[in-house]
Amino acid sequence: MRNIYLEPRTERSAFAPFLVSMLAVCLTIIAGSGLFLIYGKSPIAGFHAIFIEPLQSSYGIGEILLKLGPFLLIAQGLAIGFRARVWNIGAEGQLIIGAILASVVAIRFDGSTSSLLLPGMVLAGALGGMGWAGIAAWLRTRYNANEILVTFMLSSIALQILYYLVTGPLRDPQGFNFPQSITFSAAATFPILIENTRVNASLIIALVVTVLAWVFMQRSLMGYKLVVGGLAPHAARYAGFGEKRAIWLALLIGGAAAGIAGVGEVAGPLGMLQRTVSPGYGFSAIIVAFLGGLHPIGIVFSSLLMALIHVGGDFARLSVGLPSAVTDIFQGLLLTFYLASSLLLTHRLRLRKPDAVLTAEAAE
Amino acid sequence: MTALLKLTGISKIYPAVVANDAIDLTVMPGEIHAVLGENGAGKSTLMKIIYGVTAPDAGTLEWLGTATRIKSPAHARALGIGMVFQHFSLFDTLTVAENIALAMKGSVKSITPRIKAASERFGLDVEPEMRVQSLSVGERQRVEILRCMLQEPKLIIMDEPTSVLPPQGVSDLFKTLKKLASEGIGILFISHKLDEIRELCDVATVLRHGKVTGTAVPREETSKSLARMMIGRDLPHAENRGSKAEGEVRLTVSDLSYVPDDIFATPLEHVALTLREGEILGIAGVSGNGQNTLVGLLSGETRLPDAMAANIRLNGAELGATGPMDRRELGLHFVPEERLGRGAVPEHDLSENSLLTGFGSGLAKYGFLNLGGMKQFSSNTIDAFDVRCGGPNAAAQSLSGGNLQKFIVGREISLKPKVLIVSQPTWGVDVGAAAAIRQKLIDLRDEGVAILVVSEELEELFEISDRLHVMFRGRLSPAIKTQSTNVEDIGLAMTGDFERLETPAEPSVVEHA
Amino acid sequence: MTATIIFILAGTLAATVPLLLAAMGELVAEKSGMLNLGVEGMMAVGAAAGFVTVAVTGSHALGLIVGGVAALLLSGVFATLSIVFLANQVAAGLAIGILGLGVSAGIGKNYEGTTVTPMPKLSFGALGDVPVIGPALFSHDIMVYLAIAAAFAVWFVLQRTKLGLIIRAVGESPQSAHSLGYPVALIRTACVLFGGAMAGIGGAYLSIAYTPLWADGMVAGRGWIVVALVVFGTWIVPRVTLGAYLFGAISLLELSIQGLGLNVPSQLLSASPYIVTIIVLVVISRNPVLIQLNSPMSLGQTYRPNG
Repeated sequence: MRNIYLEPRTERSAFAPFLVSMLAVCLTIIAGSGLFLIYGKSPIAGFHAIFIEPLQSSYGIGEILLKLGPFLLIAQGLAIGFRARVWNIGAEGQLIIGAILASVVAIRFDGSTSSLLLPGMVLAGALGGMGWAGIAAWLRTRYNANEILVTFMLSSIALQILYYLVTGPLRDPQGFNFPQSITFSAAATFPILIENTRVNASLIIALVVTVLAWVFMQRSLMGYKLVVGGLAPHAARYAGFGEKRAIWLALLIGGAAAGIAGVGEVAGPLGMLQRTVSPGYGFSAIIVAFLGGLHPIGIVFSSLLMALIHVGGDFARLSVGLPSAVTDIFQGLLLTFYLASSLLLTHRLRLRKPDAVLTAEAAE
Repeated sequence: MTALLKLTGISKIYPAVVANDAIDLTVMPGEIHAVLGENGAGKSTLMKIIYGVTAPDAGTLEWLGTATRIKSPAHARALGIGMVFQHFSLFDTLTVAENIALAMKGSVKSITPRIKAASERFGLDVEPEMRVQSLSVGERQRVEILRCMLQEPKLIIMDEPTSVLPPQGVSDLFKTLKKLASEGIGILFISHKLDEIRELCDVATVLRHGKVTGTAVPREETSKSLARMMIGRDLPHAENRGSKAEGEVRLTVSDLSYVPDDIFATPLEHVALTLREGEILGIAGVSGNGQNTLVGLLSGETRLPDAMAANIRLNGAELGATGPMDRRELGLHFVPEERLGRGAVPEHDLSENSLLTGFGSGLAKYGFLNLGGMKQFSSNTIDAFDVRCGGPNAAAQSLSGGNLQKFIVGREISLKPKVLIVSQPTWGVDVGAAAAIRQKLIDLRDEGVAILVVSEELEELFEISDRLHVMFRGRLSPAIKTQSTNVEDIGLAMTGDFERLETPAEPSVVEHA
Repeated sequence: MTATIIFILAGTLAATVPLLLAAMGELVAEKSGMLNLGVEGMMAVGAAAGFVTVAVTGSHALGLIVGGVAALLLSGVFATLSIVFLANQVAAGLAIGILGLGVSAGIGKNYEGTTVTPMPKLSFGALGDVPVIGPALFSHDIMVYLAIAAAFAVWFVLQRTKLGLIIRAVGESPQSAHSLGYPVALIRTACVLFGGAMAGIGGAYLSIAYTPLWADGMVAGRGWIVVALVVFGTWIVPRVTLGAYLFGAISLLELSIQGLGLNVPSQLLSASPYIVTIIVLVVISRNPVLIQLNSPMSLGQTYRPNG
């Protein structure tokens, strides 16, 4: 250990981000094995259930593709914000508000067969998410209120709004007091893409958003401005890239994406508004965004992985009896190991120097 | 007599560079010993080794005749080695007494009377209860020296102590240092200023590229011979034939008073200046006197309220309330003093960094990046300004300070400014690059561009500027022709006495051809 | 009416304990420049570990200790990420927040919905019999008083001792502190660990004294309110303490208003702490001078020696 020494990288490596993410996954699997042993389960059986079983059935693959959509959508939006160092951690709330607004449209126009109904719901959901995130943008730019805290608080508030609506104004009058809305009509739900699965057309939106995110972040001047603002705020101010504009843009994009993801749930597998709209997609997507290196392409892979872990976690609960907490711990470990491994993005390992310190000191 | 400190064959190797290569150095009690070298010669590394911040890779260090391995700054202080830092050493929000207590054993209360006693003994006037943020640069330095002296050191290391002082402050400092030396204290004086070393120091050790290139008795040398030891050739000088006839007014600042949002920044009071095409206007002054506030307002990084828009005019147009983008469109460009993080994004390559200010000049089209154009622009700049780097794909942070500065200055010049504002053009830049940058500015001036240079280095301003202002506590002196003033008058003005600049020797001085 | 006043006073004192303890810990960490957003996860781990300990051993003291140690270990992960691996503090805080929630669910898995006997109340003899004041102020477990003592101790150390001076110096400029020879990484790590332990004890109090039961997600956003409290109090101990009591009182709102028989949607009451947090945050933050003067200058910045 005393001979291992870290030196700051001067050049960016194209492969480093991929290797770092893989390293994080490997470390998580190693630590996860320990976790399985603690619960008295065989690591091999556990990992087989999580990583292999879902891929062996069309049902499993369908479920993975179903969850891929929301992860992709939300993480692409969040990553744009994170690269601008705008910390929107309230995607869950933006998703909920998006789902609520889309549901309001669906319920208001129940029975309509218009082909505009679904696009209208998507629009309402996007606006809902934007509006909810916009509150944080407004409070940050106008009153300097920390967006991390505000987006989190807004998430908790959104959940209470949802509870209020499904037990009151939006509750199905014929629903025996169950806290849920009416079932949406066919015109208000996404068409199924692959037969015998729940995979629906909202996945296409997620893929289109991914392409748009790539163009935006890698090729557009606006994306460049956001990245500069995140990397070097003083350089952004020097260049004249408005900070407030960046905050608005980052939060609105993230909010819109999360809002659409909410529509994908209520107009997709749920087909109605209910107390649980999302199994924590908004929070897991934070991990997805980081694990994908905050890069649109990387996020495709990390979304697939996270979808697999979520589905595989369900499989493992059934087949091996693994508690659901394990999936949660897994996610925390992934992000933890990713952040640790990330040091290799900016530094490289060197062998040398007996009295080396961990961080190299610059020559002068 | 035993030497205080004796270094033999000290080497320190970093992955990319040999910072110190077999350095020998001996300091006797009561000796003021200069360590002379330009930026990057290895001075700081050597001081870090002596002060226990870094361990050497080879060589021996003898302290009072005994081979010693200095493990930490605390160990160095316990041995009797004190250091007066230039940067990153005082805590602004703490009081003087708290700052001093941090470097010593004992509580703040128990140290306060000792501070008072020592400040009398050494003639270093400080108020223990004052918060450091309210002190001037000179006062801060006094706190630093006092903090060092209270530990009763036998050797004091002074890292570029004069770079932040006005000329009169320098002579006060020298008096203090000579007094300390007369009490038997050894002083290691790190500097690249040749005249000061000749005035103050008994011995000089000259470093270049990490090696000792000579030892000398500075009084017996000329600045020229010291310079040759330091950089291996004569000091390069920019060729300046002075500005031609008075050009048209480009930029005017009229009666500008402004209190910045940042409570640590200096407010401006009734600042006025006029910048004409084909001239270099210099602003001298110890940093922290409002230069940053002024420069921020001129660049557009800070915007004036709409009602004050007319206080800054470019070609007669009201500009005060616009941002940097609008100003660049009108031909006003700016080179900030911080290169990494402000003038350039450290992690981005030069091609991406050319976009930072060049996106309005064809490097972005219809809102999308013109990758080919960015690459072309940056390689042209690299060639034209002799930027030594790995090409357009080299990350900004991989360049040396001098080369990055050449790139940033080159970028702004390539964008064809009508008015160029440059803050600290050669800060921390090696001698060769500094001369190249100054020459570029003079050439640009000769092409008719209006240039405003803010600098702490008086020599630099005297070398390149046609007229000079001095800034002190948010006020700007009247302008004076550089040829009709001298270092002394400007030095006085740097401590707030504008009198000699207010009654200048008018146009009696004829501009030389 | 008297009963309501007693209920509110007594309830506030108890409800504030987890907030105050965790806020003091976070304050110390932030004073050293470390912004640890993982308080929610640390409190959850403390709550779960403390609860299981009490359920198994019956010892409340041991429960508090184990809860504190568990969260301290988690905060050690944060310190390692952000100090050794130079990770962004926001991301590292989120990571241990998520990790902590997962781990707490894992620890408490077999205890979901179970209860333990709450911490015993101290007896103040005759004082406890004084009308109103007795039941309101002198019918509590020891932690209610220790939390106040802890706040005072933190204030004293930070403002009146050399150690506090060093912590504040590190928080203002780690570079300067390093050049004076202070072990910046060590001091910051110690402050983070202290923060972790305090959050853990606060969390444990929640599950073994305040509620006293274990339910997954029972910390319910308190950790985030703690982070906000430190901002509200502009990093000044007495103000943070005051803020903690204010939020302790707000968390009782739901129960009190229902007790008064007012017809307010329960969801609005449940959301009220979050709404109030946003409002107070806006009111405090809109004054940039207040924040700039008091926030530790290096807060949230990764420290690279000589970098």
